[in-house]
Amino acid sequence: MSGILILAEHRRGVLRDATLEAIGAAGELKGALGGPVTVLVIAADPSPFVGAVSVGAVDEVITVARPDAETFEPHVYEAVLKAVIAAREPSLVLMPHSVDSFALAPAVAVGLGLGFATDVFGLAVEDGEVVATRAGYNEKVFVEIDFPGRSGVLVTLRGGAFAPATVPASPTVSALDAGEGKPRSRHLEWRDPPASGGIDIPGSPFILSIGRGVGDEANVAQFLELAEGLGATLGCSRPIADSGWLPKARQVGQSGQLAAKCNLYIAMGISGSVQHQWGMKHVENIVAINKDPEASIFTIARYGIVGDMLEIAEELRKQQGIQ
Amino acid sequence: MKILVPVKRVASLDDEFELRDDGRDVDPDFCEHDLNEFDEYALEAAVQIKEAAPEGAVEVVVLTVGPEDADDVLRKALAKGADRAIRVDDADLGDADRVAIARVIAKVAENEEPGLVLCGAQSADQGHAQTGMSVGTLLGWARTAVVSRLDFKPGASFAQVERELEGGLVERLEVETPAVLTIQLGINTPRYASLRSIKQANAKAIECVSPRDIGLADAEIGSAGSLSRVRRVFVPERGRGEIIEGTPAQQAARLLEIITEVKG
Repeated sequence: MSGILILAEHRRGVLRDATLEAIGAAGELKGALGGPVTVLVIAADPSPFVGAVSVGAVDEVITVARPDAETFEPHVYEAVLKAVIAAREPSLVLMPHSVDSFALAPAVAVGLGLGFATDVFGLAVEDGEVVATRAGYNEKVFVEIDFPGRSGVLVTLRGGAFAPATVPASPTVSALDAGEGKPRSRHLEWRDPPASGGIDIPGSPFILSIGRGVGDEANVAQFLELAEGLGATLGCSRPIADSGWLPKARQVGQSGQLAAKCNLYIAMGISGSVQHQWGMKHVENIVAINKDPEASIFTIARYGIVGDMLEIAEELRKQQGIQ
Repeated sequence: MKILVPVKRVASLDDEFELRDDGRDVDPDFCEHDLNEFDEYALEAAVQIKEAAPEGAVEVVVLTVGPEDADDVLRKALAKGADRAIRVDDADLGDADRVAIARVIAKVAENEEPGLVLCGAQSADQGHAQTGMSVGTLLGWARTAVVSRLDFKPGASFAQVERELEGGLVERLEVETPAVLTIQLGINTPRYASLRSIKQANAKAIECVSPRDIGLADAEIGSAGSLSRVRRVFVPERGRGEIIEGTPAQQAARLLEIITEVKG
């Protein structure tokens, strides 16, 4: 019972960055928890991913090639991961807190009786035991979780919480035949998000974004004008896109766009869910405008206005001469 | 065929709140409760399957695990189209985590034998995203998480679903049934309850049972059935930015200054 096992996540032939963050987290814990650090790659052909995961503290890469793992399939991954954990007995298993993990992590933890925590952003080792920190009550409190009586622990990691490992390493590579297990779902097709129609959230340096606080669809058009008048790209939170008030290409957040090049983000009437913050919390200058002084968006904002977004918008238009 | 929809009574905290004396949770006196938003979409998906099927072919059963006060969320679900409501009382559950709650839900599912279990993708208050997929595991059923489209005809051996991935990418797939699916926001437009349906819901009986009534063993109940323990809850030290005070006109003027400062 020792070491850290990381499950590599990849999609359409590309390793996901979250895997490098998990390797980074393992590097931070390796000293206290003990090695080795092992990355498991499950794929129809794992070989193209071996180089990408050979970074940081990684000592070994295990590859499992299965024709039924052309795309992620939770029941296949479950069987392989359980078999590898049973064989290697790691004290900690790490994977991203991602949509793929949602269907996989509980099955592995419940199936093997591992300690289990999800959406974790802090990990510590105390007296040889893992302690995980996550948020609760919509980010208003932090929660420390331990795992009494559990000899192995499975943790999913919040995106952006750990620095990705980047320094090349030279791990040993072992190919395993692992896991019975059959797929119980069948991939039919990928569907890319609808064309953006020229809307460029990832490339925009200045985004004005609206959320539920806009209240009514009839109020949305004036924010398009306001954003244009200020030289900003209009963004939005998920409920606005779900309602069809603005196209999905404007949605900032985990299931939308990352405001990758933004240095000024004005969040109007957005409470700031974790999923939304994923897309924008890195922005250097965040201005939050919200009626609720306790909205979690204020905890990441450089400037805050507690007030009605419609009133502020009206003043902005007036003072800027925007009709 | 039955569709089981487990729902959660989620908590939102008051502006000012205190922790419980043992420091392992928030004092419930400072919480307001409501039906988990994700579960509203799961319920609506179930009700839409019922409405598309011949009259009487599908029964939508909602279930929650909680104290008597949690009946409110069951009544809300009944008013929005559920046919029956079950509450498993949590008095004996102690420090149950999501997995221990999932054991309760899975046991009810074993007893009710639904053809589909639809859960919210996660809870709006804690966001673990563990319970629904743990239920699928415990039942040994096929499972798909974060479903953003669901096509299923009662009796079919597969459901066609789409799951929504990071960045808005969608995967279309076919999943065996019976299945446990967790439902993403935006899959449908949850209905409002009419006054008449609210009245009818309030008149309906809620079946209340204990974990032992449904056949759970001691080793599955509460902390014994859990995979984690909350050691401590604390309020993080968080820097707050500069709050811009004044009238809306003054606040807007300062905001325009900030835009100019940053954009140059």
